Amino acid sequence: MSTTQWEAVLTVPVDEERDHIEGPADAAVTLLEYGDYECPYCGAAYPIVKEVQARMGERLRFVFRNFPIVTSHPHAELAAEAAEGAAAQDQFWPMHDLLYENQRRLGDRDLRSYAEQVGLDLDRFDAEIAEHVHAARVREDFMSGVRSGVNGTPTFYVDGVRHDGSYDLETLLATLERATSER
Amino acid sequence: MSTTSPTALPPGCEAPDFELAATPDQTLSLADFRGRPLILAFYPEDWSPVCSDQLALYQELLPEFRRFNAELVGISVDGIWCHLAFAKDRNLHFPLLADFEPKGGVARAYGVYRATEGTSDRALYVLDGDGIVRWSYVSPVGINPGADGILRALEDLEKEAD
Repeated sequence: MSTTQWEAVLTVPVDEERDHIEGPADAAVTLLEYGDYECPYCGAAYPIVKEVQARMGERLRFVFRNFPIVTSHPHAELAAEAAEGAAAQDQFWPMHDLLYENQRRLGDRDLRSYAEQVGLDLDRFDAEIAEHVHAARVREDFMSGVRSGVNGTPTFYVDGVRHDGSYDLETLLATLERATSER
Repeated sequence: MSTTSPTALPPGCEAPDFELAATPDQTLSLADFRGRPLILAFYPEDWSPVCSDQLALYQELLPEFRRFNAELVGISVDGIWCHLAFAKDRNLHFPLLADFEPKGGVARAYGVYRATEGTSDRALYVLDGDGIVRWSYVSPVGINPGADGILRALEDLEKEAD
């Protein structure tokens, strides 16, 4: 039973061209997260997702979309734009990981130092951040989440259906394994 | 497709009038919102974790609601000074109305008062510009209902107007 009166399903399907993806396109199961880089619950989920990925290997495809709630997390929007700036230079995942590993340090200077650490062209990164080049993409992610029933972060989808259970390691793994066996 | 809680007023009902404090020296009434859609977000209490997430999400979505010319108000049984401190702490920039005296009177009129707890349900209403209920929904109290239902109701209203 879903927690809203409509079945909460992903309204914008995973797109191999558009989305940030780890794992093969033909993986047995797809886990998608709507997350906020400054949200402590997302920070707590980060190592769990890593562990799930390590255990499931190539059987899992993991997708991350932005859902910054700036009202609660003032640094979340620019952090998301920084991750997208890294994506523009093919370094999304290293940046994503650094952001979650340094959740309490997401000021402008911190973001720039992470950009440097992952080897970005800093002139380009600075210009894109200053002009909010990636803000539209972040908002597009956010609205796709709202229309898919995201009501807080992190919200997970397993093969496109919202996962309303707990996201502790055992529950998440069990849910994903069940999804693979249902195929 | 949509289901309505047994207690919330169903679509088609005339919304009960109200006049509640929005600041220490200002009240808002249903009549103040005539001519534009109004979203009423009843929530149990200021400061409780789910409320804060839910209202933060709505704050993010104010520009989307305004695209439909809609206004949003939050309503709980908390007093006005509590609301002010809560709104300031959480960066909320929409009115929080104090359903404080008589306690929960408006929540009762809308069928969403929980007498045992002394707070309202977590309930959403979308009213049209004539003050008619167009959509209502009561969420399990610990569950953040999100915003998709509100946006769908506003879209339906807009389609009818075209």
